[in-house]
Amino acid sequence: MNYSVIKGSSYVLVNAPDMIIHNGTTQTMERLLNPESEYLKALSDHIRSYDEVVNYLPNQVYIGNYSPEELRKYKQPWHDKKLADESREGKFGEIMPQDEFIALIKIVDVFDLVKLTKEFTDGVREKLKNHKLITDDLLALLKEGEEITEIEGLITDHAAEPIYNKGDLVGCVKRAHDIDPSLKAEVLFENLVSKASAVLAALHLLDKSQINLEDIDYVIECSEEACGDMNQRGGGNFAKAIAEFAGLKNASGSDIRAFCAAPAHAMVQAASLVQAGTFKNVMIVAGGSTAKLGMNGRDHVKKGLPILEDVLGGFAMLISENDGINPVIRTDIVGRHTVGTGSSPQGVISSLVTEPLDRVGLKIRDIDKYSVEMQNPDITKPAGAGDVPNSNYKMIAALGVKRGELKREELNDFIINHGMEGWAPTQGHIPSGIPYIGFAREEILKGSINRAMIVGKGSLFLGRMTNLFDGISIVIEKNYGKASESKSVSEEEIRLLVAEAMRDLASHLQKD
Amino acid sequence: MDLEIQGRVVELVEKYGAENIVVLIGGAEAEAAGLAAETVTAGDPTYAGPLAGVPLGLRVYHVVEPEFKESVDPEIYEEQIGMMEMVLDVDEIISEVSAMRNEFGQYKD
Repeated sequence: MNYSVIKGSSYVLVNAPDMIIHNGTTQTMERLLNPESEYLKALSDHIRSYDEVVNYLPNQVYIGNYSPEELRKYKQPWHDKKLADESREGKFGEIMPQDEFIALIKIVDVFDLVKLTKEFTDGVREKLKNHKLITDDLLALLKEGEEITEIEGLITDHAAEPIYNKGDLVGCVKRAHDIDPSLKAEVLFENLVSKASAVLAALHLLDKSQINLEDIDYVIECSEEACGDMNQRGGGNFAKAIAEFAGLKNASGSDIRAFCAAPAHAMVQAASLVQAGTFKNVMIVAGGSTAKLGMNGRDHVKKGLPILEDVLGGFAMLISENDGINPVIRTDIVGRHTVGTGSSPQGVISSLVTEPLDRVGLKIRDIDKYSVEMQNPDITKPAGAGDVPNSNYKMIAALGVKRGELKREELNDFIINHGMEGWAPTQGHIPSGIPYIGFAREEILKGSINRAMIVGKGSLFLGRMTNLFDGISIVIEKNYGKASESKSVSEEEIRLLVAEAMRDLASHLQKD
Repeated sequence: MDLEIQGRVVELVEKYGAENIVVLIGGAEAEAAGLAAETVTAGDPTYAGPLAGVPLGLRVYHVVEPEFKESVDPEIYEEQIGMMEMVLDVDEIISEVSAMRNEFGQYKD
């Protein structure tokens, strides 16, 4: 069987300090319910500078400048471990500052919904000229900018969503319809942010993967946003909109939604499409979410911490035909949380981890690394949600003990050897299994590990359509070489076989 | 505790009476479990939801507490919760939840 391979991956972060205040739902809800709250007053004192965001260890791991092993050498928490002079560029992507990103939102807007001031546009154009992935063609889409009075008018009279940078009004996103709630300015802002950050991830992937843009056939987008109008609120198709800006002329695409588990679902589907021969190269991509910025801000401020949810996350991945080199995606080792699985943690972990391994005769320890929900514990622990990856590893280990594959005293060693510390921002789908793909590919190519399991989980109940939980897992493995083509039967051979059968039939008839 | 869940607790209490309700918590973190227990006994400590300033004093237990464990079928308990008992900080959870129950619970039985 010729599995598909992971040919490359990219990871980007976007520092979005003003968007925490104006677009994160914790803050927008607070402003609505309690506009004079102490939290809102204290908020701006807890927002980190771009420099601090770049020098934050988990962010440096996300873009590939530090490895998960190096992260483990630093004791939690990490927000007080100051790095210095770290680069915004990493081998997997970059950490983009907010002003450049606002320009990118304008660049990817094809309906002229985004208006930026002339002054801001001029300043940021100069900065973006130095960005190696923003071509002159893309830069031209920034246009000239508008007068601030026009933007102020759109906000006060036409319900446009303001865009701020360092506290100053620098632009707005217009609504696309007078009354359609799906096309109101806040929704379009959120969707354009998701699209722009996904485009950035796609550009990094294509830059690093050495693939001809024309060779990508299909794009699967797997964020948590919904785009459409009031007649099809989640109609889609982010994938194609992103492919257009990534220059993928020969690609089509579609969106997959499964809450945080969507990237893992996307991997299973992309790998299957390539393995089946439907497509040769499939890109998986997702951008970030403004709604989740500062989601746990209240707890961070209460505990005197900086607002640690100050970045949008994005990633992209390229799944291609087996090249005999890159790690393969084992579509025969897929774990699923089914409708009948139930919601007990034991049932969930068994369905995602041991059930697929049992099917191919592997043990829990045969997986070198598990990539679970890789949320950064700096963010979740002060908010009372604990160390999420660690809890996942404990559950896998405890299941191993129950099954007799591990001794109880080996529990902690298992967590250290087969687990990792979390480094991903709490952007829903972003931490779910996929942050490790970049490192896993490298480690497998180096030969330091052979197998990793990617586990995605999703909280479906948030949408109020079902109380069910969801999850899907898949294994990536060292490439042991491309399977040889199965021998095809030639036309001549078929003719001979048919002739032989006819002769047999004739001789039977003669005998009769 | 989620504002909507607080609303459901209020509804259930109005329908069945506080004395007839036992709240079971399944949260994995001691601090969060303690907060949930506080919400249904002393009232919402964040003063954000329907239980703000409403001391219901309900009976509240975490599923890893012995009071609950001893009252259910051991086989089902093992199947549903056995693994998590190994994973969770059971002592800390018990200490947080029982402290709230003992201090603010109105139904001592």
